[in-house]
Amino acid sequence: MLQGWIQILLTLLLVVAITPFLGQYIAHIFLGKRTFLDPLMTPLERWLLSCSGVRSPENMTGWQYASALIFSNAVMIIFIFLIFMLQRSLPFNPTQLGAPSWDLALHTAISFVTNTNQQHYSGEVTFSYFSQFAALGFVMFTSAATGIAVAIAFIRGLTGRPLGNFYVDLTQSIMRILLPMSVVGAIIFIAAGIPETLAPPIIVPTLEDPSLSQAIARGPVAHFEIIKELGENGGGFFGINAAHPFENPNGLTNLIQLLLILCIPTSLIYTYGIFANNLKQAWLVYVIPFVVLTGFIAITAIGEYNGNPAVNDLLGVDQAPNLEGKEVRFGWAQSALYAVFTTASMCGAVNSMHDSLMPAGGFATLSNMFLQIVFGGQGTGTAYLFAYLILAVFITGLMVGRTPEFLGRKIEKREVVLASCLILLVHPIAILIPVALTLAIPGIAGMSNPGFHGLSQVVYEYASAAANNGSGFEGLGDATLWWNLSTSFSLLAGRYVPIVALLLLADSMSRKQPVPVTIGTLRTDTGLFIGVTAGVILILGALEFFPVLALGPIAEAFQIMRGIG
Amino acid sequence: MNWTREVSRAVRSTLVLWGVTAIIYPLVMLGVGQVIFPFQANGSILTGAQGQPIGSALIGQPFTSERYFNSRPSTTNYSTANPLADEAGILRTGISGASNLAPSNSALLDRIQGKPDPNPEIAIRGELPRLQAAGIQPTADLIYTSGSSLDPHITPAAARAQIDRVAQARELLPSQLEELIRQNTDHRFGGIWGEPGVNVLKLNLALDMLKPSNS
Repeated sequence: MLQGWIQILLTLLLVVAITPFLGQYIAHIFLGKRTFLDPLMTPLERWLLSCSGVRSPENMTGWQYASALIFSNAVMIIFIFLIFMLQRSLPFNPTQLGAPSWDLALHTAISFVTNTNQQHYSGEVTFSYFSQFAALGFVMFTSAATGIAVAIAFIRGLTGRPLGNFYVDLTQSIMRILLPMSVVGAIIFIAAGIPETLAPPIIVPTLEDPSLSQAIARGPVAHFEIIKELGENGGGFFGINAAHPFENPNGLTNLIQLLLILCIPTSLIYTYGIFANNLKQAWLVYVIPFVVLTGFIAITAIGEYNGNPAVNDLLGVDQAPNLEGKEVRFGWAQSALYAVFTTASMCGAVNSMHDSLMPAGGFATLSNMFLQIVFGGQGTGTAYLFAYLILAVFITGLMVGRTPEFLGRKIEKREVVLASCLILLVHPIAILIPVALTLAIPGIAGMSNPGFHGLSQVVYEYASAAANNGSGFEGLGDATLWWNLSTSFSLLAGRYVPIVALLLLADSMSRKQPVPVTIGTLRTDTGLFIGVTAGVILILGALEFFPVLALGPIAEAFQIMRGIG
Repeated sequence: MNWTREVSRAVRSTLVLWGVTAIIYPLVMLGVGQVIFPFQANGSILTGAQGQPIGSALIGQPFTSERYFNSRPSTTNYSTANPLADEAGILRTGISGASNLAPSNSALLDRIQGKPDPNPEIAIRGELPRLQAAGIQPTADLIYTSGSSLDPHITPAAARAQIDRVAQARELLPSQLEELIRQNTDHRFGGIWGEPGVNVLKLNLALDMLKPSNS
């Protein structure tokens, strides 16, 4: 058991160690300071931007930034939808796959452009190599870059700068962060055993019984896998995602994936610290998600280590790890760690089946997606965290009877309405209402497990869509018209409503006259204030979902303790 | 707001970024993979004496007889099918899958302990009775199905639990098998990350090399 905890602890230490380096690099890119890729990328980006029709990039207002973002994302949804529908006639389709149903193609297009990568299909039997690398692999870059762009625009606004230009931020995020890291990482992945080929599946007779044949699916996986983790995308090349030995063959690839999953969301907090010229505040803010993350890892890992009591009884032992849906090379520790990392950061890749996690793991993964700030999605998680900070300023301001200010800028009605209603309230709406509808209409839920866990399956699916996570309790029969369309609603609402609100919030913050810091100013870089913020997150973010947690994983835990009947 | 300009910029930037990330980048990576790491890039395919492909070093195969070390139970039987009766088209694409059974689902217990039924079509043999009949001390990995259904490994404990059975069937010494297990164990990365696993296909290939199974 000790060995497992050492793996977990060292991984967490590496996450923290990467933060200042990557955070500083990202800050330097978007502050226009010198970085080592300048000689190559500066002329290349200028050329790419001029090809895109952005010759002299203007600073955008909040509305302009948001509308450019929505137009560009809409074009991408249509573009990849067409690739899916036409894949039979397009090249690199060695297994001669036909077009998927229109609703599956639409759901997949929306799901990937919103950086969610919720999959109602199994990759190897649904999409051609071309659809995988030219459609899915493409929006894995752009959707991640969209998230980074939003975070940077938000940080700029919060710190009193103009928001910048969406197309410049989008292009720079890809050319200076995502693409260079992907190139290096993909080469390591190939060397470690992840395939990168256009050859069709290979058929071999099995060793024990030559009359039985095995089909080994493969494809251009390595270059896809790296951006899948780095961009918090999480959509697997194969149906079973990073549990597949060709997506994640060993301890090295698993460690790299874990670090990639969290590196950008964690670093962006440090990036904020550089923009605000207040690293102390950045590290204090960092503590909130880090503590929650560590706590969730602990309960998940303990649950998986102790295993299923009913099965342990059959084995005649007190403790055996719950290995249902887990790979031997990852075991309980790396599987629990991956499950919490991937739901914390809204990546959604999985190296074990979340449906078969013990209730503690179900509780932690669901809670991560409810909170959305345990480092959170690519870019958006950081922005949500600061939206909570603004609300905490407002609430503490009310408590002590002072005008609330954040970084020397007054928080007024417009900011509080944007932060509370549009950013934080849309999440429960996009989850709980569709859950209620799905459970109320007979015969559409498609739950594959009985009882409390069945409810968790439905809640998980909408939470994953609205939080733009993309993992699932995959036993759920979700490849239906109802599921495809209703989760599409949650995907779009959970992505674009908060993004527009964040940009407007940043815009209005950037236009305020700074007020001088006096002795009466409420300081936002103290432990006390961070404690209050954590309380606000708990009350606003967690309590609204507590009833479904009580009916889902918590009830299931009691059911297992009593004995499975 | 100028709509034509917005749409034109959105379309043009989509096409430009598509060219970079969806065409140039994958092509370069394919080139690197195929030229520098052809073995890994094509799926770590193992070849037999005549150079014919016999499996992948990273993908497990089904083994249930006493002449081989048994692999973990799999929901897709390791993406295999009889080529003469493959109605589901498994051999066209290859598949992966998992049980997705919740820990509170009684179907999980039925699958592990078996469920006798007068109707043989719905009776479940169960992993535990199978292992007990085979004289293998059950371990967690041998009764739980894997995440991918293609898990190439079993735990070292599960391999050791099968030594006597295989040694008897093949008339080999247990110490020879211990040595083979040691040679075919994949270790933690850096001695820290991941869990050790015995690669069952490679172990069984080595077993056949040592003493062909039809001898």
